[in-house]
This record gives sequence, structure tokens and C-alpha cells, in this order.
Amino acid sequence: MPRSKRKQSGVLPQLNSEHYIEARGLTKKFGYKTALRDVDIYLKEGDSLALFGPNGAGKSTMIQVLGSLMQPTSGRVRIAGYETRRDRQALRQIIGLIGHQTFLYPQLTAYENLKFYGAMYNVSRVNDRISEVLDIVALSDYRNDAVENFSRGMQQRLSIGRAIIHDPSIMFLDEPFTGLDQQSREDFIKLILQFRDQGKTVIMASHHLHLGLELCNQAAILKTGKIVYQSEVDRIPESDFQQIYEQQIGEKVLPLKVA
Amino acid sequence: MKFVHKLGVIIWKDFISEFRTKEMILSMCLFSFLVLIIFNFAFGLSSNLDRGMIAGILWVAFVFSGLTGLGRSFSMEHDRGTLPGLILCPVSPWTIFLAKLIGVFLFTTVMEIFTIFLFSVLYNTSVLPFLSPLGLITFLGTLGFTAIGTIFSAISATAKARNVLLSILFFPISVPVIIAAVKATDLILNGKSFQMIFPWLKILIAFDLIFLLVSYLTFEYIMEE
Amino acid sequence: MKYLRALWIPFQILTYVLMLIALYAIFIYAPVEKTMGVVQKIFYIHVPAAFLAYLAFFITFIASILYLYFRDSKWDTVAYCAVETGVIFCSIVLITGPIWAKPVWNVWWTWDPRLTTTLILWFTYVAYLMLRRAVKDNRRANFAAAFGIIGFINVPITFFSIRLWRTIHPVIITSRGLNMSDPMKLSLIITFIAFCFLYCSVLISRIKLEQSKMRIAEINGIMDDMYFNKIA
Repeated sequence: MPRSKRKQSGVLPQLNSEHYIEARGLTKKFGYKTALRDVDIYLKEGDSLALFGPNGAGKSTMIQVLGSLMQPTSGRVRIAGYETRRDRQALRQIIGLIGHQTFLYPQLTAYENLKFYGAMYNVSRVNDRISEVLDIVALSDYRNDAVENFSRGMQQRLSIGRAIIHDPSIMFLDEPFTGLDQQSREDFIKLILQFRDQGKTVIMASHHLHLGLELCNQAAILKTGKIVYQSEVDRIPESDFQQIYEQQIGEKVLPLKVA
Repeated sequence: MKFVHKLGVIIWKDFISEFRTKEMILSMCLFSFLVLIIFNFAFGLSSNLDRGMIAGILWVAFVFSGLTGLGRSFSMEHDRGTLPGLILCPVSPWTIFLAKLIGVFLFTTVMEIFTIFLFSVLYNTSVLPFLSPLGLITFLGTLGFTAIGTIFSAISATAKARNVLLSILFFPISVPVIIAAVKATDLILNGKSFQMIFPWLKILIAFDLIFLLVSYLTFEYIMEE
Repeated sequence: MKYLRALWIPFQILTYVLMLIALYAIFIYAPVEKTMGVVQKIFYIHVPAAFLAYLAFFITFIASILYLYFRDSKWDTVAYCAVETGVIFCSIVLITGPIWAKPVWNVWWTWDPRLTTTLILWFTYVAYLMLRRAVKDNRRANFAAAFGIIGFINVPITFFSIRLWRTIHPVIITSRGLNMSDPMKLSLIITFIAFCFLYCSVLISRIKLEQSKMRIAEINGIMDDMYFNKIA
């Protein structure tokens, strides 16, 4: 790599202000291992992006960097006009993130967990909102039970509740269907469709090609930290997309049956 | 004031968690009990104590068992995977720091009260005549070492060998607090005048203010990845 | 920048020359002190080493602040190398001190404020090195910088608290000042300058070494990427 490119600080890439979510030259390194290389993303408000790719491609890292959990090594990210380096607190107010970890406190009850996050996210009329959210994730009966006694699926549902309690305009979903049983999965799919109707912007990393293409209007394939294919979902039939995926990744796609 | 509200919420959350398990407070109190007993064997102390040693014994007990509590402060969050959840919230890193500091400070104070009580019993020495000056020094000293302990707890939570690292980072930096607190406590328990204690008080206050300021400036860097 | 590179070899040669002159000054030129004897000559090494150790940690302090402000890993490298070299010089101080003290004061160690503060300083920066080893890449530089700042700020506070402590316990040994004759003063100045050059040479060499190591690791990382992913 030529010496001039090694400098990390310096001139930041230009951003086009009409996009709602924008990443330019996004690079994330852990030591000398590069998880994301020079990724560009442009999304308008209300778009939803499905991120596909094999394990280790960098999907989770991308979600964490865009979701402000980590800082990029280089490159620039701007979301809803906020720069991720500068306006972190303002940015976090409008983001909801659902990932592998539930971010729930085991000794606290469902109500207490939601009360905590509600307060941290400046939610007004918290108690009403908590009841609302518990209804949405079908956990009203377990309001006063400690989270450590919940099953994995219940914890995941409560985590969804935690993520939506402040009604964020941007949802980041990192393989959100893992751990959910059939019914919960269907309910969550309905919820995501509701997000779309509400005009929320969604970025979802998933292994499920079919679901991703059903729920989102943009799709990208990530391989070893680079976006190797990107397209609007409407423009290409699913079987073609499946072919491209298998070609790029070299793995056969497992069909997912959703009743 | 949103900042105070969020501060209170984090403290409330830590208190409820601790209340339900009582893990931290029990281990801290047991540990300080152990330290008091070991001192007896290590120094061949009789029940009539050499006056000069009281301050030292108390502060060793306070600091060493305080460390066990400090270690848990952030490592618990890290182990349960809730640390990213906390970072994701729109709250400034210093608010998180202060909340953790206040939580650990309060638990440590409970442990210290218990320790003083136990000490009076085990060594037949009463500290009641000196309660308020002792309280002041203990407050300032505890604030000092829990402040730096909280910073280092955040640093070592994600590292390997976290308890060892915490101790290694903690002790060189805590030297001024330990010297000043022990000296001042010693003077108080020997009934010396305020005049003599004052310089130590100044050191403790300076230490507390300086490190609270340093934590304010650097904690955001410690929280981010 | 290229001018500075060209100056590096002459700088190192100059360092060698100055150190030779310093050795001459210490062993031949400087007179033997009346009361303490030959062992006093350790003083010419002990004093500059102490000054440079503190200077090194001051460099770490500034480099840590600059790293947190500019996020340029160059400053993190400077901080790290300054700590390593500082620990070496600090060790020299802590070893030469007792060697001097034993024949002169008949004790290996005193809890003299300056010596004790230097000992705590040594511990602090060894802790810094342990911190760097225990933490992984992304966070390491941030944590180290925070600790570099905290460690240095702690130095004056530690010094004052130990000094206050010592006034209560009377000290056997009083002042360290010597009445120095002119040749001795000159020897001290020569040695001082030589050691400054030595320190700079060592620090710059260490920084260059560290940068080379980082470059090699970077290239290895790129090659691993290329091998596993066949990216052109």
C-alpha cells in the first residue's frame, strides 16, 4: 500500500447531503485484520436494506459501526444529518438495534428493564409506553418476572421491545430471527412490515435470502468486508438473486420455509 | 435535568441488581472481615492494640475489599453483555462513570461502616469519640480511591487477567490517597488537632478534584471502541 | 522530512562521540571527591538518568494527550516508546541510587521523597506496559493514553504527599547537595548533554523499530487477506 494511503486522518470523503444514511469509504480494522474495506452505502429515508453474506463477511461489524457501537477506522458515516464522530448522543436517540446479545439485565424484571431503557432514551409517559411495548411483543403476562427466568425466545422478544421503546426512526437488525420460534418469527415479520409502513429506515443482516428479499427494498451481498453486489430488490427476480449469491459466495442457499 | 435523571436511573438499576443478588456487598464485607483477622495473625496483635496500627489496618481492609467491589463494577456489565447496551443509549460517558462511581462508593461505605464496627469488636477499641472527623476523612479517601478504581475497572473489564490488571494499575496511582488517608486517620484517632490534619485534608481534596476532572476528560475515550 | 532522515546517522555518531567524552570526563577528568570517594562518580550517571526518566514520562503525557486529540497512531507509538525508554532510565536511577547510598550513608534505601516518588513512577509505567500487553488492538491505544495522562498527573501529588509524610518521620539523611568544584560541574554538564543525546538516540531508534514492526504486521495482514480471499 503506498505510503500516502496509510494516513488515517486527513481529508474526509465528500458526502452528498440528500441521503438519509450515508457511508463513504467505511473501513474497520481490528489490529491488522480488516473487517470492512472501503464500503459505500447510500439509503434514502424509508429504505430498507437486506445485508447478505457468509459468516465472517462483516455484516455484524457493519451494523455495529453504523449503529454507533463502534467507530470506523477510516471513512465517514452520516445518518439523518448527524456525523457519527461528533453527534453521537443525538444519533443514538433515533437508533434502535437488535442483535445477538439481548442487552437485558438478568436480575431485573421485564418491566424494570424496559423502565431503565425508557428512562435512558428520554421516553415520556414511560409506564404507558412499557405496557404498549409488552403487548406488541406478547410478554404482558411476564411483566414482573425476572429476565433470567425467561427462555431464549422470550428474551429475544423483550430485546425487541427494548429496541423499539423510544420509537426510533432507524432500525438495525442483526440476524434478528435466530432464537425465535415460528409464532414469534411471524409476529416479528409483521412488526418489520409495520416499521416499513411507518416509514422507518431498516438495515437488516440475515442469512435468509427469501425473508430478506421479502421485507426489504434494497439488497447487498457482503463478502470479506466488501460489497460485491448491490441492487434494488424490485429490479431482479429472486431466483436470479439466488444465483448471483451462490456465484459470489460459492455456497448453496438453504431455502427457508415460512408458513 | 435530564442528566441527573439518567444518573439516578443507572444507579437505581445497579442497586436493584445488587439488592437481588447481594453478591458484591457480601463478598466485600466478608473480605474485610478476613483482612482484620489475618492482621491479627500476621502481626501478633493482642486485644490491646498498638495505637499506631489502627489506621493502617482499617485502610488496608477498606482498600483491598473496596477493590473487589470495584472490579465488579464494569466487569459485570461486560460479562452479561450489557455494556454495549449502555453505550448505545443517548447518555454521556461521564454520566455512566459518575453513576458507577456513586454506586460503588455507596456500597464501599456500607462495607466500611461494617468494618469499623467489626474492628471495634475484634480489637476492643472504640472509635465513637472520633466519629465525625473520621467520617470526613473516610469519605474523602474513599471517594478518591473509588474514582480511580472506577476508571481502571472500565479499562480492565475487557482485558485478560482483569483482576490482576486492576490491582497493578490501581496501586501506584492510589499511593497519595492511601498515605494521606492513613496519616489523617492516625492523627484523628490519637486526638490530634485539626491544624495537624489539615495538610492531609488538602491532599485528599486535591486528589479527588483532580481525578474527577481527569475522568471527565478521558472517560469518553475509554468507553468507545 | 528528508533532511531529518539524512541527519540521523550524523546524530548517532555525535551521540557516540559525546558519550565517549562523557566517560572520559567521569573517570579521568573529574576529581575524586574528598569524603565519598570514587563511588560519588555514579552521581554523573544518576542525575541525568533521573532527569531523563521524568522527561520521558512527560513526553508520554504530551503524546497521550495528542493521541486522544488527533487520533493519529503515530502519537500512540511515541507514547509507548517513551515509556519503554523511560522505564529503562528509571531503572538505572533506582539501581545507581542504592549503589551510591550504601557506601556513603550505609543504607541501601531510604524512604526519601524523591527516591520513593521515582519508585512509584517506575511502578506506574511498568503498569502502563502491562496494560498494553493485556488489552487488544483497538482499545489499547485509548486505554494506554488515558493511563499515561493519569500516571503523570499523579506524580506531583505523590511527591507532595510523600514529602509531607517524611517531615513527620525524621530522616537520617538530610540534603543531597554537594559543594561541587568547577571541574565537577563541568563533568556534570558534559555528562548531562551526552545523556540527553543518548536518550534521544535510543528513543528515536525505538520509535523507528516500532514503526517497522507495525509495518511488517500490516503487510502480513494484507498478505493473509490476499491469500485467503484472493483479492487482487
